[in-house]
Amino acid sequence: MTTDTLIIGLAGVLASAAPVLFAVLGETISERAGVINLSMNGTILLAAMGGFAVSVSTGSLFWGFITGMIIGGLVALVLAFSSITLKQSQVAVGFVLTMVCRDLSYFLGNPYMGLTGPRLSSWSIPVLKDIPIFGALLFRQDYLTYISYLGIIIVWVWIYKTRPGLILQGIGERPASAFVRGANVNRLRYIYTVLGGALIGLAGVTYSLSVKYGWKGTISGLDGIGWIALSITIFGGWDPIRAAFGCYLFSLLQWLGLVLQPALPNIPSQVLQVAPFPLMILTLLFVNIGNAEWVERTLAAIPEPSRKAISRLLRALRASPPAALGVPFESE
Amino acid sequence: MLKNTRWANLLIQLAAVLMALLLTTLIMLAADAPPLEAYANIIKGSFGSLDRISKVLLSWIPLLLTTAGLLITFSTGLWNIGVEGQIVLGAIATTWVLRLFQDSAIAPGWIIFLSILAGMIGGAIWASLAGALKTFGGVNEIFGGLGLNFVATALTLWLIFGPWKRPGVGSMSGTQPFPEELWLPQIPDYDLSYWALGLAIASIVAVYFLLQGTYFGLRLKAVGKNFRAAHLLGIPTWQHMMAAFFLCGIFAGAAGAMQVTAVYHRLIPSISSGYGYLGLLVAMLVNYQAIWAAPVALFYAALNIGSIQLPIVLKMDSSLSGVLQGMLVLFVLMVEGIRQRYLRRT
Repeated sequence: MTTDTLIIGLAGVLASAAPVLFAVLGETISERAGVINLSMNGTILLAAMGGFAVSVSTGSLFWGFITGMIIGGLVALVLAFSSITLKQSQVAVGFVLTMVCRDLSYFLGNPYMGLTGPRLSSWSIPVLKDIPIFGALLFRQDYLTYISYLGIIIVWVWIYKTRPGLILQGIGERPASAFVRGANVNRLRYIYTVLGGALIGLAGVTYSLSVKYGWKGTISGLDGIGWIALSITIFGGWDPIRAAFGCYLFSLLQWLGLVLQPALPNIPSQVLQVAPFPLMILTLLFVNIGNAEWVERTLAAIPEPSRKAISRLLRALRASPPAALGVPFESE
Repeated sequence: MLKNTRWANLLIQLAAVLMALLLTTLIMLAADAPPLEAYANIIKGSFGSLDRISKVLLSWIPLLLTTAGLLITFSTGLWNIGVEGQIVLGAIATTWVLRLFQDSAIAPGWIIFLSILAGMIGGAIWASLAGALKTFGGVNEIFGGLGLNFVATALTLWLIFGPWKRPGVGSMSGTQPFPEELWLPQIPDYDLSYWALGLAIASIVAVYFLLQGTYFGLRLKAVGKNFRAAHLLGIPTWQHMMAAFFLCGIFAGAAGAMQVTAVYHRLIPSISSGYGYLGLLVAMLVNYQAIWAAPVALFYAALNIGSIQLPIVLKMDSSLSGVLQGMLVLFVLMVEGIRQRYLRRT
C-alpha cells in the first residue's frame, strides 16, 4: 500500500466518522441533560429516509438536511414529552420509538428505493488543502465533515467553558441544586433533548445524502449504527473529545476490516464488519469495571506499589454517567 | 364512572388502541395506501384459513417463549435487550447437537430432545454473559446485551459460511436442511407442531406461577422494585439478578431451538426473526403481567403473518405491521402517563 492510498483511506475514515460523530454528540448533550435517547437507531433510519425523500422530490440538498434534522427533533420531542411530562420510563419509550421509526422508514421509504437525486460533493478548503499530508487528509472533504470537526469543538466549549454549559452539567448531575439556582430543569431538558435529536437526525441524513448515498430499504446498511453510537457515547464518557476519539477508532476499525479482507479469505466479510462490537464490549468493560464494588475490595488486597498503578489506570479509563441520567425531576 | 377503576382502566387502554389504529391509518393515507384493504388483508392473511392459522400459531410459539423469559428479567428490573442474541445462541447450540448426532445410531426422538436441551443451555449461557457483565463488570445490561447480539449474528454468519457451509458453497439461505426425521413431529398437512405448541404454553404457565405463586418470584420482584431495600432486607441481590438472566436465557434459547427444530429445520442468518425485540414490545404492552402475555403475543404473531400478504396483494411494505405493533405500545405508555398525571384521584 502506497502512502497516497493510505492517506485517501484515512481521509475516508474521517468522512465516514462524521455521521457517527453527529449522533454521538447529539446523544451526549441529551444524556448530559439527563435524558437517554434510546430511539437513536430508528431515528437515524427515519431521518435518512425522510431527508433523502425530500431532497429527491425538491431537488434541494438543503431541504433534505433540514427535513432530517426536523425528523430527529420531532422524535426526540415525543420522547421528551413521554418521559419528562408524562414520567414514563425513558428506556421503554426510547426503545419503542426505535422500533416504530425503523419500520416507519421502511414503510414510507418504499417508493423512494433506489432513486437518485442531488448529492453532496466535496469542497477543498483553499490554502489549507495544500498542506502536505494533512491537506489531503483533513481539508479535501465535504461540508459535513468540516462541520463534524467544528461540532466536536463547539460542544466541548459549550459544556466546559460557558455558563449555559455549566447549567447543562448541573441539570444532569444535581437537578435539584440547579433548580434552586434558578434553572428551569424540565424546560432545559426539553431543549437539549430536541437539540440532541436534531443532531441525531443530521447523522441519518448525512448517511443518505453523502456517506452511504441513497435509500435501499432494509439493505441500506444503517440498521445497527444507532446502537453503535450509543455504545460510543458511553465509551466517550459523556465527553465530546473522548467521544470523537471513539468515533474515529470505530470508523478506523471498520475500514481495517475492509482492507484486511483479502488477507483473510476464510472469514466472510459480514464477520469483519461486526468485528468492532466485541472490542466495544471489552472497552465498555474497561470503562465501567472501575465502578463495580468488588474491584475496590480486590484492589485492597493487592500489595501497595502495583495497587496504585492499577487503580490509577482504572481511574483514567473510568467514566461515570451523569448522576441524574434517566431520573425524572419534580420541582416540589 | 372513574371510581370503578377496573372499567376506567379498560376504557383508557381501549382509547390507546384506537389512537394507535388511527395514527397508523393516517400514515397509510399519507402514503397513498388504502387502509381498509390493508387491514382486511392482514385479517385474511392471518385467520383466513386453517393453513394461515397454523402459521400464526407457529410464529406465536417462539414469541411466547421469548416473552415468558422476558417477564422474569423485567420483574427483576432488568432490561434484557440481549434476548435477541440469546435466541440466536439457542438456535446455534440446537443446530450443533443435531449435526453432531444426525449420522449416529441414537433414536431421532432423543436427538431432538437433546438438541432442544442444548438450545436452552446455549441461550442461558449467553444470557449469563450479559448478566456477568452487568453484575461483575458494571456494564449496563442494555449495552452489554446489544453488543452480544451483534456478536451472536457474526457467529451465525461465520458458521453458515465457514465450518457449517452447505456442500459446495455457503449461502445466505443457511445450512443444509436436516432430514425430516429430525424435525419436531408436525400435524399432517400443516407446519405446526403440537410439541412446540405445548412447550410454549407450558412455559408461560410456568412463568405465571413462578412470578405469582413462589417465594423466589416474590424476591425477584423485590429486587426489581427496590434494589437497595431488597439488599438491606438480606436478599442476595446479584445472585437473583444472575438467576433471572439465566432463566430468561433458557426460554429464549428454547425459542431458538423451536426456530431450528419446528420452523426452519436449519440455521439461517436471521434465525431469531426479530422475536427478541418483538417480545420486549409484548412484555411492555402487557405491563409485565404474565396473564395477558399469551393473547397479546398471539395478536402480534397474527400481525406478523397477516402482513406478509401486503407486498404481494397491495404492493405495500410489510413493515406496516411493525409500525402498528410499536404504535400500540407507544400509545399505551403515553396514555398510562396521562392517566397518572391528570386523572389520578379526581
